[in-house]
Amino acid sequence: MSLLPFFQWCEASAVGTAIRNSQWLFPVIEAVHLLGLALMGGVVLVVDMRLMGLGVRRKPVAALAREIEPWLIGTLIVMLTTGLLLYTSEPTKLYYNGAFWMKMWFLASAIIYTFTVRRTVLAADETRVSPAWKTLVALISITLWAGVGIGGRAIGFY
Amino acid sequence: MAESLWAFPIVESVHVLALCLFLGMATILDLRLLGLVMRDLRVSEVVTRLLPWTAAGFAVMVISGALTFLNAPVRYYENIFFRIKMVALLLAGLNVWVFHSGIWLEVSDWDRDAVAPFRARLAGVLSLVLWACIVVAGRMIAYNWFDKVAN
Repeated sequence: MSLLPFFQWCEASAVGTAIRNSQWLFPVIEAVHLLGLALMGGVVLVVDMRLMGLGVRRKPVAALAREIEPWLIGTLIVMLTTGLLLYTSEPTKLYYNGAFWMKMWFLASAIIYTFTVRRTVLAADETRVSPAWKTLVALISITLWAGVGIGGRAIGFY
Repeated sequence: MAESLWAFPIVESVHVLALCLFLGMATILDLRLLGLVMRDLRVSEVVTRLLPWTAAGFAVMVISGALTFLNAPVRYYENIFFRIKMVALLLAGLNVWVFHSGIWLEVSDWDRDAVAPFRARLAGVLSLVLWACIVVAGRMIAYNWFDKVAN
């Protein structure tokens, strides 16, 4: 089954048409998407770095993760909302864009990974998880999110 | 770089990824000054632990940014958003200098405060606002609404 009809339906939607027909809407939403990216980089990296024994080492991993989680979810909501709006303005173009699909696969993997494996390890008793395992969990997280970012930037170059 | 098919996309991707490291860390520092995260950690603890990463990210930003500029210096120079970005960068640098040569020298007096004193909070807010302007203006450089030089 092809997703193309769904993509075409999004393109014809009122929101998609409004963004496409405006000179300013796309750049403004894109700028908010980029600001969200910066904050997202901070909240993901500060926790992953801590997991690798870098950065704010005085704070226990689980406590830091608990404190940062609302920020992560908040920025994720901003990113998904602005991302969806950008998408609705040009879905059929994106359908044939390899970088878009790469980004979506990385995004799905990153979200699932963050709220399953990473979340479990972050909440675990620190003394019972080996440093090597913690480093691996952090590096996979950074790699998956970097894939999302690179894929996103590449959409424009594809 | 203008002659290469790959150089520009690679340099731009590095610029965007380094943004996550640099501005991500800088934002967390600002949020600590405002008392919004890590209130239980001393301000100097957060700053000394994260500032090296912020500085490393900034170095990558400057290098990849300079390479991007060299791609088409004349066009960027003419671009209004490029000029806004450069002025905001200067102001952001000034803000850092005022912070570090002022209230930061007395950090031992307010190190354990959950919320930093007014002058430190002001530096945090100015930093957040200026960097947001820099990012938005930076993105807008790509749009040539006001360009006099044809692409």
